[in-house]
Amino acid sequence: MAAKTTILTLPKEEFVHPGNRACTGCGLSIAYRVGLKALGPDTILVVPPSCLTVLQGLFPVASTKLPCLNVTFASTAAAATGVREALKAQGRDHTRVVAWAGDGGTADIGIQALSGAAERGDDFLFICYDNEGYMNTGVQRSGTTPQGAITTNTPLKGKQQRKKDVPAIMTAHGIDYVATTSAAYPLDLYDKINKAIALQGTKYIHIHTPCPPGWGYEPRYSIKIGRLAVETGYYDLYEVEKGAFRLTGASEKLLEKQQLVPVRDYLQSQARFRVLTEDQIAELQAQIDAKWAMYYQGT
Amino acid sequence: MHIIEDGNAAAALGVKLAGAQVIAAYPITPQTPLTEKLSEFIESGEMKAQYVPVESEHSALAACIAASSTGARAFTATSANGLLYMHEQIHWAAGARLPIVMCVVNRAVGAPWNIWNDHQDSISQRDTGWIQMYACDHQQIIDGVLKAFALAEAVSIPVMLCYDGYLLSHTYMPFEVPEEEKIARFLKPFAPAYALDPDDPANLNTVTLPDVRVDVNGETAHGYMEIRYLLQEDHRAALTVAQEIEDRFTEVFGRGDDALLEPYRCEDAEYVVVGLGSLTYQLHDVVDTLRAEGFKIGVLGVRLYRPFPSEALAEALTGVQEVIVIEKALSYGYEGALCSDLKAALCGRQPTVTGMIAGIGGREIRTADLTDTLRAHVRGAPDEDPGWIGIRL
Repeated sequence: MAAKTTILTLPKEEFVHPGNRACTGCGLSIAYRVGLKALGPDTILVVPPSCLTVLQGLFPVASTKLPCLNVTFASTAAAATGVREALKAQGRDHTRVVAWAGDGGTADIGIQALSGAAERGDDFLFICYDNEGYMNTGVQRSGTTPQGAITTNTPLKGKQQRKKDVPAIMTAHGIDYVATTSAAYPLDLYDKINKAIALQGTKYIHIHTPCPPGWGYEPRYSIKIGRLAVETGYYDLYEVEKGAFRLTGASEKLLEKQQLVPVRDYLQSQARFRVLTEDQIAELQAQIDAKWAMYYQGT
Repeated sequence: MHIIEDGNAAAALGVKLAGAQVIAAYPITPQTPLTEKLSEFIESGEMKAQYVPVESEHSALAACIAASSTGARAFTATSANGLLYMHEQIHWAAGARLPIVMCVVNRAVGAPWNIWNDHQDSISQRDTGWIQMYACDHQQIIDGVLKAFALAEAVSIPVMLCYDGYLLSHTYMPFEVPEEEKIARFLKPFAPAYALDPDDPANLNTVTLPDVRVDVNGETAHGYMEIRYLLQEDHRAALTVAQEIEDRFTEVFGRGDDALLEPYRCEDAEYVVVGLGSLTYQLHDVVDTLRAEGFKIGVLGVRLYRPFPSEALAEALTGVQEVIVIEKALSYGYEGALCSDLKAALCGRQPTVTGMIAGIGGREIRTADLTDTLRAHVRGAPDEDPGWIGIRL
């Protein structure tokens, strides 16, 4: 990886206007602000319905200083392909094409188009910001909602099924670059987007984006909770380059420390996990410990 | 140059001549030979375009919508369930005012599965905001593709060029290929009203409120309703623009006539049969037979179905005693959509309108059956089975 970006070397130019419609403490708004700095001005964005549609503003006002095509929910990746092919047909190859979708638009309704584009190796970066539910429509469960989380359509018992592992699915497509990052680590996010966008073919980045109203915590704790997810070993930061997996950033440091924060701390920070039993918490801790035991062994 | 080819090849040649820049398609019978031909043109270097072999029809139109929004001339083609799978995107393309051209190779829709011809697929997309043209032969397919791009780009509305599966797509007939050196006189390079451009960023298709709203410069911008009103206005204006384009085509290529309607032996006719697509050419033979028997009958083909040429139809049918509409699709629970549309266009005027259904799911429409049905009907005999020609229960 190239020299790591620091708060001092992060470009000053902003591509998201202040006063946009994101909620206070929104993880997406941090990721979007920093992510667009990495992409720079010669970029075309493709966005399906999601919180980002709202953040971008209502016609005729827009909060993003980049050209953006709003598309139907299921079509994000195919639309990114269309933009890229049109640019090629016109010899405008220098322009970056980036699809930026939520977890529903990626893991659920958008996965067919994404899988198709990745199989074809179409040349764009697909970014999934994962707030772990349909937050824009009022907090319904999605494929990436974690087990045990209360949502408005898992209102009493919490979601019974496991979170869908989209980065693993994208890795299985054999694309050259898959990475996970978090809005709580903006510089890690910046460097990964910067790296991905320079590569040819389909690239995939998954961003964990804490969501105060959806997860049930005070807006001022977004960064703290995003970091707890990583420090507990619950959500890992990693890269898969040409099939080679490696933990990065804060997760890489955990490899050296071999000391995870108990997952209970992460779960108890959010109201959505309030119905988890002691047994369920213990089971989750066991799953995390088993995963990390493999990381420590280098497998 | 005269050649003998099938209807799908005629469409593919038209797309090549039109200089489509991005083509995205998913295979479905009977559209497949059209996209195979285009793939061959592109892989061999005969045609310079980007071909995207997408994983679904929904993505096919998504790629075309995005390509058109980025300033490229975009084309796709499909049939039946493929068209229905696109439905959300079909509305989107019209709402976004993108001049995409799509060939619909007409086929019955499931269930039950049926791969043969009728018009239920494209007729069910009538209200999406697309222009719909119907071709009757291979000449109208190849010329139609060029006219479709010219019309779409003139009015910023996408166009479906519909032609009958198998009856046209897989049959061979001679047709004239438009001369390549004349194309530039007819079809200018695509110059979009605006396209995605980092030097002039805009947020396209963003959330638009019910009411008008002031922008940052203090100017009032359209609300959703104004945007949709303009789509309707431009659709109606397209009736005139389509004829202007037809006239320009005639001027450049020396053939063409009426962009909206195609009458056959309608002068002095007391009875006129109205229909869409290749069926209307089959009806020419029926009319010849019945004319020879002394019946004053003609055929009126509707070449442009949306926008609906209501005034041209009303004028063309003035003085006619009865109109018989024969359709390969219907609005279940009522009648054929063309029949309803025609009744509305003729409201308060002389001709009565009778609707008949034929050829559903590829049921063979025998010329003798058409002749017998129409002869009996015109003689005033009560229709044995009102509406459904050739039904066997």
